[in-house]
Amino acid sequence: MEYTSREMMTIVAAREIKNGDIVFCGTGISMLAAMAAKNINAPESVIFFETGSIDARLEELPLAVADPRVMYWASSNSGLLDAFATMQNRITGEHVFGILGAAQIDKFGNINSTVIGEYYKPRTRFSGSGGACDVASFVPRSIIFMQQEKRKFVNKVDYLTSPGHLTGNDGRKKAGLPPGGPELVITNMAVMRFDDTTKEMYLAGYYPGVTKEAVLENMEFSVDVSRAEEVEPPTENELTILREKCDPQRLIL
Amino acid sequence: MTLKEAIGDYVKDGSHISIGGFTTTRNPMAAVYEIMRRKVRDLHLYVHSNGPAVDELIGGGCVSKIEIAYGGSGKFAATCIRFKKAVQEGTIEIEDYTNYQMTLRFLAGAMGLPFLPTRSSFGTDIIHTWGFSKEARKNDPKVPDEKLVVMDSPFGNWMDAEKVVLVPAIQTDVTIIHVQKADKQGTGRIEGLTFADVEQAKSAKHLILTCEELVDTGDLRAAPDQNQIPFIHVDAVVHVPHGAYPTACHYYYDYDPVYLNEYAKAARDEQLFGEYLKKYVYGVKGQEELIALVGEERMQAIAADPQTGYAKNLKRN
Repeated sequence: MEYTSREMMTIVAAREIKNGDIVFCGTGISMLAAMAAKNINAPESVIFFETGSIDARLEELPLAVADPRVMYWASSNSGLLDAFATMQNRITGEHVFGILGAAQIDKFGNINSTVIGEYYKPRTRFSGSGGACDVASFVPRSIIFMQQEKRKFVNKVDYLTSPGHLTGNDGRKKAGLPPGGPELVITNMAVMRFDDTTKEMYLAGYYPGVTKEAVLENMEFSVDVSRAEEVEPPTENELTILREKCDPQRLIL
Repeated sequence: MTLKEAIGDYVKDGSHISIGGFTTTRNPMAAVYEIMRRKVRDLHLYVHSNGPAVDELIGGGCVSKIEIAYGGSGKFAATCIRFKKAVQEGTIEIEDYTNYQMTLRFLAGAMGLPFLPTRSSFGTDIIHTWGFSKEARKNDPKVPDEKLVVMDSPFGNWMDAEKVVLVPAIQTDVTIIHVQKADKQGTGRIEGLTFADVEQAKSAKHLILTCEELVDTGDLRAAPDQNQIPFIHVDAVVHVPHGAYPTACHYYYDYDPVYLNEYAKAARDEQLFGEYLKKYVYGVKGQEELIALVGEERMQAIAADPQTGYAKNLKRN
């Protein structure tokens, strides 16, 4: 069955979500990944938004985290204070799995969603942190969605919006952050993970039809490729549910 | 009180204001359009994540400084367009915080505290890079001297946290929020997610509520646990049906994808944007005329389904 790289990215992310996870979603593909997991492999996962909605019934794809579609049939609708408390709460926080996206990333998974160029006279201004820096600061596990491009996988991000593993090793602890940091990076070509000790990014998987060399060509820095394996393509069942149940209007796909 | 009176009384050139809502939901748009029509200038604006309201106010030339976590309108504009342009061209000054930090800042203001602590943003440019210079901060009595402060926790390693980031309180001259129901006295009820509206409301010196429905006091007092805003905080209540349009108001109407897409297209081009403002903002006297201009068919399309609170099967491409 034919599929797009966007569909592949969504399914790869959905497979990482397990029953019992409380999935923090941003706008766009991250919501779709959470919906796909809920409908395919993790029906007991909980979709959660920084706006304060917990376990809504997403009958239609929301187009923003404040979309009224996230308010329907929720366990509880509250506000930002409660949502960020849920991530830091020593009981529930352990189960929160964040999904983020960014314009730039470095080898330790630090991301930029604020500016390209100089902060005071930026070439491109983006939306800014929103809740991304909060989530990246607080939660034990997260996924980052990226486009695989040299100008996006950079030696140094132009502005560090949300912390990854900072300087690697125990960089988070030294800076004052709780343990955690990104677990994987999902791109249109590959999947990257972070070394248990150094916290440096390595290539964990590449998609069918993509070579390790091609992935490296689309990054400014080099990563270890010795642990990389080909990633299983989406199955017919996964694609059917994703297309027909999660995004029939093709708003994100 | 009319919206013209409320905005005229409280929103002045140079005022520090905050507006409620989140991205494409419950922005106090009628009030925003009135501020634009009055050509208010030099506003210092505080928001967490906001979309159309921020973009229109900036596009209307009303804002000179903004403290913000996120400027985006969901799928309709991943980054707010006039906001983006203004920051890139340096026509407004910006200070970046996170959503949680902005929420804590409003809460601190509501509580009358100088600051609140958080563990968000260690190691980032949110801490290291300041939009407003130290000197500018020192010279402005309405802005704290520091953007934020990192300190060792005075409780040692209690709760496994050695350090905290202190974020300063916000107290605005005026905050404007749009609620579903209010009474004449000022008690307000939000349905669905409250975002940080309650903290924003209570951190203001003056609070303007616009409401979808002006109801009898008894209707709200019969279920007081569902009311978030007691009248003691409120300076003005204005009945404005469709007051959040073109953003959504849960259980009343959805966001209008047609309007938001047309806006996004216009906002990218100076001439088109000028025409947009002339027709939809300056060319109407108020929200009632805007709604009439957009037309009944579109209002029918976005009318909320009473069960889910949004317009089911709305065409949203």
